[in-house]
Parts: sequence; C-alpha cells; structure tokens
Amino acid sequence: MRVLVTGASGLLGREVTRLLVRQGHEVATFQRRPSGVDGAADFCGSVTDDDAVHRAVAGAEAVIHLAAKVSFTGRAAEFDEVNVEGTRRLLRAAREAGVRDVVFVSSPSVANSGAAIAGLGAEPADPERAHGDYSRTKAEAELLALAEDAPEFRVAAVRPHIVWGPGDTQLVERVLARAGRGRLPLLDAGAALIDTTYVDNAASAIVAALHRMENIHGRALVVSNGEPRPVGELLAGICAAGGVPAPSWSVPGGVARAAGAVVEKLWTWAGRKDEPPMTRFLAEQLSTAHWFDQRETQELLNWTPAVSLDEGLARLTEHYSS
Amino acid sequence: MVAADWPGADWPGAGWPGVDPEWSREIAVASTSAADDPGTVRRWHLLDNGAQLSGRGLTPAGTLLCVHGNPTWSYLWRTLLAAGSDSARPWRVVAVDQLDMGFSERTGTFRRLADRINDLGDLTDALGLDVPVVSVGHDWGGVISLGWALAHPEQLAGVVLTNTAVHQPSGSSIPPALRLALHPAVHRWGTTTSDSFLRVTHSLAHPPLAADVRSAFMAPYRGAGRRAGVGNFVADIPVDASHPSFPALSGVAEGLRGLEVPALMLWGPRDPIFSDRYLKDLIGRLPHAKVHRFEGAGHLVAEDRDIATPVFDWLAELGRDGGPELQRPNVPADGVPPLWAPLIELAAGAAGGDTAVAEMAADGKVARSLSWRELEQGIDALAAGLTEAGVGHGSRVSLMVPPGVDLTVALYACLRLGAVVVVADAGLGRRGLSRAVKGATPDFLIGIDKALAAAAVLGWPGRRISVQDLRAGRRRLLGVETSLAALARRGSGVSPKLPCRGPAHAPDPDADAAVLFTSGSTGPAKGVLYTHRQLAAMRETVAETFGISPGARLVAGFAPFALLGPALGAVSVTPAMDVTAPRTLTARALADAAAAIDATVVFASPAALRNVLATRDGVSGGGRKALEGVELLLSAGAPVPEPLLAEVQRLLPRASLHTPYGMTEALPVTDISLEQIQAADADAAAGTVAGAGDGVCVGRPVHGARVAVIPLAADGTAPVTEPVTEAGVTGEILVSSPHVKEAYDRLWLTQLESSSLPGWHRTGDVGHFDAAGRLWVEGRLAHVVTSPGAVVTPVGAEQAIERLDDVGLAAVVGVGPSGTQAVVAVVETVPPARKAGPAAPQLAGRVRGAALAAGVSVSAVLAVTAQPTDIRHNAKIDRTRLSRWASRVLAGGRPGQP
Repeated sequence: MRVLVTGASGLLGREVTRLLVRQGHEVATFQRRPSGVDGAADFCGSVTDDDAVHRAVAGAEAVIHLAAKVSFTGRAAEFDEVNVEGTRRLLRAAREAGVRDVVFVSSPSVANSGAAIAGLGAEPADPERAHGDYSRTKAEAELLALAEDAPEFRVAAVRPHIVWGPGDTQLVERVLARAGRGRLPLLDAGAALIDTTYVDNAASAIVAALHRMENIHGRALVVSNGEPRPVGELLAGICAAGGVPAPSWSVPGGVARAAGAVVEKLWTWAGRKDEPPMTRFLAEQLSTAHWFDQRETQELLNWTPAVSLDEGLARLTEHYSS
Repeated sequence: MVAADWPGADWPGAGWPGVDPEWSREIAVASTSAADDPGTVRRWHLLDNGAQLSGRGLTPAGTLLCVHGNPTWSYLWRTLLAAGSDSARPWRVVAVDQLDMGFSERTGTFRRLADRINDLGDLTDALGLDVPVVSVGHDWGGVISLGWALAHPEQLAGVVLTNTAVHQPSGSSIPPALRLALHPAVHRWGTTTSDSFLRVTHSLAHPPLAADVRSAFMAPYRGAGRRAGVGNFVADIPVDASHPSFPALSGVAEGLRGLEVPALMLWGPRDPIFSDRYLKDLIGRLPHAKVHRFEGAGHLVAEDRDIATPVFDWLAELGRDGGPELQRPNVPADGVPPLWAPLIELAAGAAGGDTAVAEMAADGKVARSLSWRELEQGIDALAAGLTEAGVGHGSRVSLMVPPGVDLTVALYACLRLGAVVVVADAGLGRRGLSRAVKGATPDFLIGIDKALAAAAVLGWPGRRISVQDLRAGRRRLLGVETSLAALARRGSGVSPKLPCRGPAHAPDPDADAAVLFTSGSTGPAKGVLYTHRQLAAMRETVAETFGISPGARLVAGFAPFALLGPALGAVSVTPAMDVTAPRTLTARALADAAAAIDATVVFASPAALRNVLATRDGVSGGGRKALEGVELLLSAGAPVPEPLLAEVQRLLPRASLHTPYGMTEALPVTDISLEQIQAADADAAAGTVAGAGDGVCVGRPVHGARVAVIPLAADGTAPVTEPVTEAGVTGEILVSSPHVKEAYDRLWLTQLESSSLPGWHRTGDVGHFDAAGRLWVEGRLAHVVTSPGAVVTPVGAEQAIERLDDVGLAAVVGVGPSGTQAVVAVVETVPPARKAGPAAPQLAGRVRGAALAAGVSVSAVLAVTAQPTDIRHNAKIDRTRLSRWASRVLAGGRPGQP
C-alpha cells in the first residue's frame, strides 16, 4: 500500500512510519523537517501550504494524518490554521487525489471537559467544552474529518492517550527537566488514575486502524495501554528511568488548576514562546483521572498493546543509561 | 360536561413525567354516598391503561385498583401503570383520583371514610373492572382500598398495602405530626389555606423528588380552593372512639382478620407517620402477608423505591399454585425433640444437682451458678411469670442481656412459651442496633440497665422488663414495668398445673422461634428468622459435627454457640469479659473459666483469641493446667489466620482447633481444623490438588449440610443455573441443610432472592471447591471486581498482599464501570500510614507484584490508616465503602478517610 504519513518527524509519527516501512508498505512523509526514517520518502512542507499538500498526497492510497500544532500555549489563530484548516486542506487534497483511507490521529482531550474520566469509551468530540486551543482545534478537526467519511473515502479517528517513550519531548523530557530542578509538584498527592500509551503501542494501533478501516471507518477510538496508574507513580517511574529524584511535594489540585489558568493567560499576553511552568490543561491532566474502556477498541482493531507499562519504563531506563 | 372547577389547559396529562397522556380519563358516576343528595352525579378523574391495552389487542390478567392517600393523587401509581402496560404480562391498572382530590371534582361536601369507601364502589360499578381485582393502597387510601376490598369479595384476588394503617394500636397515641396537623390552630391553615401539608409530605421522599415530579404532585392542588379535600381528609382521621368515622375504621380493621386473599406489604420505615408499629399491627391482622421493608425508604415508598417489580413478581406468583416455597431436604415431618430436651433430662436425672451454667467474676471465682435442676426450675418459673405478664405464643421478645445465667434462663423461658426471641447485639453499632430493633418491633424488651436507657432515648418499641429489680424512680424513668426477678418470683407461685408449665409443653416445631441479625457488613443488618425445628437442627449439627454431647463442659466466649450449651446438655461457663467486645477476653479470664468447670470445649471469636494470645503471660500455673485439659476449640465469625491458630495451639496443646465457616443464616456450613488448614495450604503451595488455593480454605460441609456453587458470569453476577461442586469453578456458595434459616424477617424480596434456587440458600459469598472436596471462600459476591477480561474475587490477592512484611489487612476493590473496572489494592501498613492516600511507589510496586503472583493485575495501591471493619467481628472489611472512597481519591479528589 502507498501510505502518506503527515507529521512523521514527531515521536509517534516517526514510529508509525518505521512500522509501515517494516511491514513493506511504500511510505511517504510530509512535514516541515525531514522525518529521518530510512526507507520513507520525505516531502517537506506545511499543511498550511496548499500546493505542498497536493504534491504530497499525489499517488497515495492511504493517509495517516498526525501533523498538528501541539502546545500548551500560543495564539488561537495558529492552532486554527494548522489543526483545523490544515486538516480540511489535507482531506480535500486527499479526496481529489483518489485516496481511499484516512486515519486522523486525534486525542482523547477532544471530549474532555475537565471532569474525571474513569473507564469511559470514546465520547463525542466537543469543541465547545474542550479545554485549551489544542483540544478545541483537534476536536473541530476530528468532527470535520469524520464528517467526510464515505464508502469510497473512509475516515477514522484514533485517539492515543498520552503517548510517551524514549525521545519523547512532550511528556518525558518535560517531567525530567522539571523534576530535576525540583519544580514538579504532585497534585493532590498524585492519586489521579491515569492511563498512558507507550509509543510503540500507539503506532501499532494506528497501523492496525489502517488495516481495519472496513470495521471502524466513521468512528473515533481511544487507544491506550489499558494500564491506569496513579499519576504520582507514573511520574516516579519516569523520574527513576531518567535518573532524577521523583517529585515529593504536593499541592492541592484546585490551587494548581486556578494558578495554571492565570499563568497561561500571562504567558500568552506576554507573547512568550517558551512553555509556562503550569497551565490549566496541565494541572487538569495531572490532577484528574483519565482512563478508558479499551474493550471495544481492542476488539475492533484486533489489536492489543505489545509493550506493557513496566516494559516501557524499562526501555526508557535503558535509553537514558546508554 | 363542564365543571366550574375545571383546572384549565394544563389538564390532562400535560407533560407529567412518567405518565402516558392516554391513561388520563374522566367518568361521570352516579353517587349513592350519604354525603350527596340522591341523583347527584360526580366527575372522577383517573389514570387507566384499560383502553390502551384493548387497543393493542391485549387481554389483561386482571385489574390493579390503586387508591392514593392524602395529599397525593393517582400520579403516585404511574410506575404500576407503566409496568401493567408491558405486553408480556398485561394488567389493567386503574389509579383513581378520589373526589375532592387530584383532578376529580371539588364537591363542596365533607366526605367521611364511609362515604369514600362507598364512592369507590360507585366508581368501580360504573367502570366495570376486569376481574380478578387486586386492591392497592397508600396512606389513608390504604384504608379505603381495604374497605372496598371487604365489600367486593367476589372480585377480590389480593391486597397490596404501602405505608398505611387501619388501627391505632392500644397504649399509643397518634403520631405527633398528625396531631399537629389536626390541632385547631393549625389545621385549616396548614392543610388548606397554605400548601404546607403538601410540601411537608413531598419532602418525605428519600432521595428528594425531582423538581418536575414534585411539581406534578402539586399540580392539582394549586390554590386554597382546590385544597378543601386535603383539609377534610385530615379532619376525618378518627383520633378516638367518639369520632364519626371511628366505626367505619374499626369495621375495616376487624374485617381484615377474616380476609384470606394473598396480601403484600411494601413499607418505607423512615416514615414519621406510618411507622413500623402500624406495619406490625397489619401483620397481626394479615399474618400470611408477604412483607418487605425497604430500609432507608420513607412514607412515599412508591417514589423512593421500585415497587412495580415486586408487585408484578408477586402477581405472577399469585397465578401459580402456592408459589415457590423453600423445599427443605431431609426434614422429618414431626418428632422433633424441643431444643431444651437434654436440659430436662439432666435436671430430672441423677446429676440434676451438678452445675449447669456459671458466670465468672473478675477475681477468677465463680460469681453465680445454677444446677441443672435450678436452671430448669428457673426457666419454668420465669416462663410462668412471663405468661402472666402477657408474653405468649408469637410474642416478640427482644433480649438485651449479655450472655450468662440471666440470658440463658430468659432465652429458654421465652422459647418454651413459643415467644420469638429477637437477638440484636451491640456488635451492630448503635445505629444498626436501633434500626434492627425498630424493624423487628418486639412486644417486650428485656434488658440490662444500659439497654433500657438506650431504649428510652432512642424510642425502641416494646414493653420494658429489667433484669434486676430497679428502684421506683429509675423504673419510672426507664418506663420499666417489671423485672425478670419479680416475674420469676411471681411465676414460682403459679400452679404447676397450668398448661404453660412443665416439659410436656412444646411449641409447634414450625413456629417462629428466633430473629437473629446479620452483622451488617454488607448493607443494613438483616433480621433472620428461625423456627424451633431449625434451632433444633442447628443443635444437632453442632453436636454431630463436633462431637459435643451431654457431659461436655464449655467456656462460652462467643455468644451464638454459647446459648446452645444447655440444649447440648453441656455445662457452660461465661468468662469474665465484656461479651459485647470480644477483644476484652484475656488469657487469664479464659483460664479461670476453664479451671472452674474443668472445661473440655472453648468457644471464642478470632478477635478474642488475638487478645488471649496477647495476654498469655498473665496465666498462672493452675490456669495453664486447665487450658491443657481443653479438647476442642471452636472459633467462628471471621476467618482465623493459620499463624494465629498455630500460636493458640501452644496455649491449648491438647485441643483440636476448629474454625467453622458459616453465616447468621446458616450456622455452621463447613468446618476445618488447624491440621486441615495446614494440609490445604501445603496443597495450594505444591499445586498438586486441582483448585486448591486462591481463597480461604474453610473445609468440608458439616453434618447434614450440602454445599455447592453457581458459577459466576462474566459480569460478576451469579445467574441461576445448576449448582456444581466441580473443582476450580468459582461461583456463589449455596447451602442446603435442615438448620438453614426459615426466612429473612420482613424482607420478602431479599428472601425471594436468597431462595431463588429451590431447596438452597444463596449465601452471597463466592468461592470454589478443590479436587479434595474442600471449599475455598474468595469473598462476597457484591465485592467481585469485573476488570476487562477477568472477574476478580478479592480474597486470593488479598492473602498474597498480606504476606508482605509491612502490610497488615489488605482489601482488593474495583473502581470504574462494571466490566472495565480498575483493580485497586487498599492496604493497612505496618507501622500505620500517617494519612490515607496513594501508597509510596516502592510499596505500590511490591503490592502489585504480590497480587500479580496471585493472578491479579492491580492498577493502584492506596494506603489507609485503618481499614473500615464491622463492629461485631472487627474483621470484615467494608469493601463497598472502600470502593467508593477509592473511586473518589483516584478520580483526583482529596483523599480524606474511607
């Protein structure tokens, strides 16, 4: 199969690309920087560039769309331009190019209003209630992507929950950097039960989705390791792997959420490009439960996560000790 | 037809939640009631699914005629209408709005009870009901429905009553709330001018009514002009014999005694008006009624609980002959020797002068004792005295006396009279105990000072009898009528020729004998009813299983079995301890008691054994010798860990140590000895016996009992299937035996559930057999965790976790939706955690590892300062409560305490 992967320079995109190459597919990638994956053909460009998008999708039978602006801060318009308009542009080009299948890689945060999620499935995406520009724009993009689903142009959304692994800059590096400086608190003693996805599992689920479009097109599926853990333990595991002391001080979740909301606004107002020490989204992620019912996902995808949480942490340890 | 009081556009059925507008109808009915002039026609509103059923081509099995009380209306019965419209079991449901009530006509008359009963007859004549008819009533509508029922025997097939009353029990006054509503200064304003009476009634719902439901209940009563009926209804309550409606009420109350149709009573005990004493009165009039008290529900029981399911289940049972009665295996029809037969034999024999019961004092000496002859005479005299005081066959007598001589005499005296003893102990906790006593509605309460004081404060029912004579002031304060001492003095003067005296007098073996209470570790404590036959069977089981025969001498450190002493013909001694707190039994007190009678048997709870071990250094040489003479130890009530038993063995070197397994509903079910526990553990470790392991081994069924399981389904329930005893199959444990309980007391639905496999009692415990026929208990059915792809029973993993050095008690619970629950281990650490919350990652890792070795994948590990356990045994962890707490904590809430 000829597959185009967008956003292949990121942790997950690169892993998806590698897996497709290993499976013998003809793989092209599309993002601003080269993917660096052997055996894949890189198209460099942005989803905001119509011509570049058209060039990339030409000849593809399937598209896996991971490219997105992922950040806790930034101007709303940027998120809209990349995440919503970029998706719209890509879908239009794909349809015109005769692509048959599109896997839209989404996030469980598209259906998260900030309340605890304990054992739910994929709830409908809701841009109105999603917190933060990233979640809001991903929700809008998922809705418009799934609305395009048709028998001859099949679209499915896969929502991996908190993807991490060696080389992860989004979660692991941030945790280690902050914990190393003693600036990572636990919220409410770190009790919130959180599920995550080891990067290899997220990649294999996305590729499985491509093979199971018949069963899943038109739907959104949450993907995770199916191993919820208290967030404090997860952070301790990551810190242990990275050789830094685990967070040991706790602040009330409510305080952190309120502070995060203020800090976030200040950062945006000041136009700072670096990540703020706390945002409301991050505080919510660290202080409320997020774990999911994986039974239907696993059945529909005919997939189970191959790398357990503990195995993932062991690989992380190996990564940092080498 | 247009009436002046037409409510306007909001009628009929404008969006009342739960009501199909098609049910709403009106009918003009010629009145024959005395309140109306001849020829008067009244307009009635009702909810009636009859037309709808025939429109759908369904023939109803009969009619439910539902009568609301004051100040509700037919809306109260909407769930019955919906259930009756089910095509699988169609019933016509006619729920009327009484005249001057609901959306029926405002007549401007004052209608008394007799009018209202007659009104209902006028209506049903006009309607033409599909027979047979079952009347359904609530509040004062209950009386009216019964009045109709008595007047229409040819149509009547049954009666359903919910929180109602037909009679003011003598010696009691009407409820304060009603007295207030009737007070001239309050009555008109409270019931008619304002909507207070409505609001107060609606506020009695538990949980509170939804706003739209509350508004529907209020709808027909907006405006003082529409509330005259509410006020008149209250004014028509016959407070005494001079009231004009008193004859009509008495007629219904007395007429009920002859009513032989099946009856169902569904009750909400949290009712400030129609409390349990009215239920008791109704049960006295309709003793064959099926009764279910929904603990926690109140006056508006139809709002608080689903009453439609039980009503229709009961209706379905009416259709069958007799219904599913519990089949009792291996029970001879007659020839059951009474429980006390050995006692009488011994009293009359050569050893009649030997000690039968004794009580120890704190100084190690015998404080009190009775010979067999004295015991028999004491029982006989007290029985006679109690008879004089009014205790008779079927009287309920609550015994709140600690184990010892007094309790033994009182218990056997009551049993001999055919009275039903109610044994609720302090182990239920103050609230649980109070709830239990109120629900059982004893006629008499025999108690020590402390119990009588609690009874006075908490308003427990029953005429009060103290143990010792009290001073007059104290007696008045506690409302005590007499004492056991006085009754015995009086009774010993009664002619021995009276029929209540002497050994020949034995009650019907199938009459109720006792109500015992479950420990309430899995919900509110339940009353468990035993007949004389079942108590005698329990005695047989204990005697045969443990070889306890006349001549045995036992130390009674554990109440339930201790009371069997005289019935077994065994000498029994109560050690010096606070029997309500098993933990207070010291090694010295145990040894003193053993020495006093050269004990051969010891009964002690696991908690008591722990303290005995902790205090073992206090035993003297003589005491040690007495303990060495003990041949048998029985410890029941909660699992006893093997290391604890092994320690006990050093203190009782010659004794065979047994830990029977059972429950209040079946005592005991299986038995196992220390050696057998060790063998079972070895088998589990070696993996040589299929099914050995994963749970607490409780051994093999006791004498006369059969045990089996019904396998668990993937959703963690145990659907009714064929019972099995195959090794390794986990399921709900069933027991069948002559000594299994008769029924749950006033818990008809619970009883139905527990006996849904004819001939078996469903224990609510889960477990499995091994290939050697031993039973392994894995926890409670209600505590089963359903994680994705696996049904997890708690005990196996808990045991594995408890083997970690720094963990005390462990509990495995689930959080999240059924079928995809996350498994959580909650542990008590050694030393205890400073505060409750997530366990440190290092401990969490080890706990997770231990559970995984037992085959259970744990998501989170939480530490608590102390596990929430039951009061009675201090051993059964309230996993339901822990699960709620864990859900809260793991959702990201602040930990707090479980």
